[in-house]
Amino acid sequence: MAKEMIIAQELAKQQREISVSEFFTKNRHLLGFDNPTRALLMTVKEACDNSLDACTEAKILPEIKVEIKKIAEDRFKVIVEDNGPGIVKEQIPRIFAKLLYGSKFHHLKQNRGQQGIGISASVLYSQLTTGKASVIISKIHKNKPAHYYELKIDTSKNEPHILKDEIKEWNKEHGTRIEIELEAKYQKGRQSVDEYIKGVAIVNPQAKITYITPDSEKIIYERATEELPVEAKEIMPHPYGIELGILIKMLTETSSRTLQGFLTSEFCRIGPGTAKEMCDKAGLKSEMKPRAVSHDQAEKLFRAMQEVKVIAPPTDCLSPIGSALLEKGLKKELPAEFYITVSRSPVVYRGFPFSIEIGIAFGGELDKEGPVKLMRFANRVPLLYQQGACAITEAVTETNWKPYGLQQSGSNMPVGPAVIVVHMASVWVPFTSEAKDAIAHYDEIIKEIKLALQECGRKLGLYIRKHIHAQEHQERMNLFEKYIPEVASSLAKLSGEKKSNIEQNLLMILKKETPKMNGQNGEGKA
Amino acid sequence: MDKMAKGKHNHGKEALTELGNDIVADIRKKKNPTINLPVRALSNVSFDTKKKSLVLGNKVAERSFFNVAHAKKFLQTVEVASVAKELLQQEKHASLRDVFYMAKRTIPGTKINIVDEQVESDGVIEDLELITGASREQLHMTANKMGSVVGNVTIEDAGDTIHWDKLGSGGYSVPSSVEDIKFKDVKANYILYMEKAAVWERLNEDKFWKKNNCIIISSQGQTTRGIRRLLQRFYEEYKLPIYVLCDNDPYGYWIYFVIKYGSINLAGQSERLTIPGVKYLGITCDDIEKYDLKKHFIKMKDTDHARLKQIAEYPWLKDDKHWQRQFKMMKQMDAKVEIQSLSSKGISFISESYLPNKIKNKEFLD
Repeated sequence: MAKEMIIAQELAKQQREISVSEFFTKNRHLLGFDNPTRALLMTVKEACDNSLDACTEAKILPEIKVEIKKIAEDRFKVIVEDNGPGIVKEQIPRIFAKLLYGSKFHHLKQNRGQQGIGISASVLYSQLTTGKASVIISKIHKNKPAHYYELKIDTSKNEPHILKDEIKEWNKEHGTRIEIELEAKYQKGRQSVDEYIKGVAIVNPQAKITYITPDSEKIIYERATEELPVEAKEIMPHPYGIELGILIKMLTETSSRTLQGFLTSEFCRIGPGTAKEMCDKAGLKSEMKPRAVSHDQAEKLFRAMQEVKVIAPPTDCLSPIGSALLEKGLKKELPAEFYITVSRSPVVYRGFPFSIEIGIAFGGELDKEGPVKLMRFANRVPLLYQQGACAITEAVTETNWKPYGLQQSGSNMPVGPAVIVVHMASVWVPFTSEAKDAIAHYDEIIKEIKLALQECGRKLGLYIRKHIHAQEHQERMNLFEKYIPEVASSLAKLSGEKKSNIEQNLLMILKKETPKMNGQNGEGKA
Repeated sequence: MDKMAKGKHNHGKEALTELGNDIVADIRKKKNPTINLPVRALSNVSFDTKKKSLVLGNKVAERSFFNVAHAKKFLQTVEVASVAKELLQQEKHASLRDVFYMAKRTIPGTKINIVDEQVESDGVIEDLELITGASREQLHMTANKMGSVVGNVTIEDAGDTIHWDKLGSGGYSVPSSVEDIKFKDVKANYILYMEKAAVWERLNEDKFWKKNNCIIISSQGQTTRGIRRLLQRFYEEYKLPIYVLCDNDPYGYWIYFVIKYGSINLAGQSERLTIPGVKYLGITCDDIEKYDLKKHFIKMKDTDHARLKQIAEYPWLKDDKHWQRQFKMMKQMDAKVEIQSLSSKGISFISESYLPNKIKNKEFLD
């Protein structure tokens, strides 16, 4: 007995010493830093997400500069600079050098931040692979100084380790700039930084992005609109979307003095009547103290909350891109000849509001060979990995594209010169894993994506039919011109009339008969 | 303009020239050149109860050049017509296969052939027969000759005198056009036509025609127009009874009905092809019982049942009690029986017993 206690104490000692940072060190693959290519992408992504979220909150038209410098074969420096509101001095070390600081995890609000562990993960990865500190400059007002920091993370304590803290001249009204050096690999293609930034530019038409590649190529993604996205509102959790663990945590942290008060003030769509009904159903007194709720009681309450009828959460908390702006985004980045966009009204899955937006670009200079290119987005962030595991992919491949003018064999990706953009905006995007690459397969979500795809598909089909028919019509005219000499020579033999006379007359009739022939195909007037 | 009614000449050349002139007249008037032709389909065929044969109705289809659906057919029609006119001008005959190759050509600047398969040119030739009123033989286009005949008959063909009773084992081969054959001496009492060439060889070896003083004639499968016309001439010029011997299956029945009433496709030429007085000798469903042929059943396929149903529903057979009884029996037995199954009773059972008895007892269907 005593011996066991001692072992347990030993274990406890060891356990205490495993900090979040150390956990990260050992499990970096869970967080998207599993290979050098992906580490580079994650770093650019976290920095851009922060910049865009900050600009949206501060109502600033974003102007972001991303630069990737090649230091050595397997070493790169990522520099991201924005014109955002800047960060107050005290916050800088914690935001960049403390893991999970200010995590948006329990907040139900549509923002980019839900999708990564945060920029501090990149700082840690940098120090693990290069031993170097990350450099941050931030300025919050033209009359205030710019703060310069060189930061590392104390991995055993998960606290910032400040190497330099200075005031510097920075010729900028406000904004933040970070420099992170890391072991990485740069490559082009579907899962590249290039592709990521292009995706960001499509779904953030309000942003101007300047990107300098490792090959010193400068790409400027111009702003397509001065219209700022409406800031999404944070909402209270809906009883249908809560998990037991979170409910228990909320019960202990609440400042409400009664269970009824807790339910009405910390959840949306629960009034006193509904709260009472839930308590009754759980066999709990509505006046009891939330902190006094035992684990068993919490479970009963949880079940009661799922059973009582509650109206759907409000959906005006979302900030979709909107059909017109999405179209602007597509037009500036995809060289197609036809664009369709659809932005569907918000609906709800498991108590979380979400909205699906779809854009299709067709024809023009888009690749004519091979399957359609699918671009997936969640809360305006491109999803580049795990396409096969994503609900969006399932919705696209399960849609029958043949009636919409694209080729498709079975339940495969359709084939044709098209790009399909699918954006899911939600207060809580359900990812399949912590790496947050793929959206989980909820029926409500797949159904909504399919409806949006069908809506776009119908318009695409109309366009393709008209377009292709116009082409066929021309081909047919050319064909008649080839038939005419043959018919003329046969008729000349039969009748004795001169072949050239017959030919000339037939060519004249062809012009006259052309409009009638369109009708023969049921296409209507060309 | 009705190019069809005008074309009832027998002179192919003139009819073709007129067809050409009519189309060119359309073109001069800047009209979409159009050929009218009777519809060759069940919907435009009726049974003439007086003549007891199929006749073509009045439905006319238009074939216009400047119509996406018709253009190629139109081109094929004028092309094959010009081939026919050339043949007539040069006084030469060409086989249907020759005509196919004479019309087959890739249109310059395209990957399109004027005709790709012989069935296309064959179909256009049948159209031209209706358009011009001249048979394909009159347009100097001939089908492969097929089929043999022997019997107590002497004819003159292309200046040669031919005795049909002195032709050994092969017999006289029936040409595709029999119009110019002269019958010099016809001693036979009746004609026996059979679907199978192999049965004809059996009967010729047994000298069935000599013993029974008849003519035996066969083609392989579907009866050629040459043979149908030859049978009709014997029937009309010498009033010879004609008996038909086919397999007991829907196809065999169909062969018989085409000889008797004509076909939908050639309803326009019924007058010179059909023989309403022809009789069906066998094999019948009753023969199966009588001669115990059940053990030689061949199971009917879905396509056989479909064809049987189609035949049974033809308006000209719908009220024929005797035939409907056969159709019903065949359907119930779900089986076909070949003529040659009679050989199970002995190689010459057919010539020594089956046929003489049937004819003597007038055991046939009308």
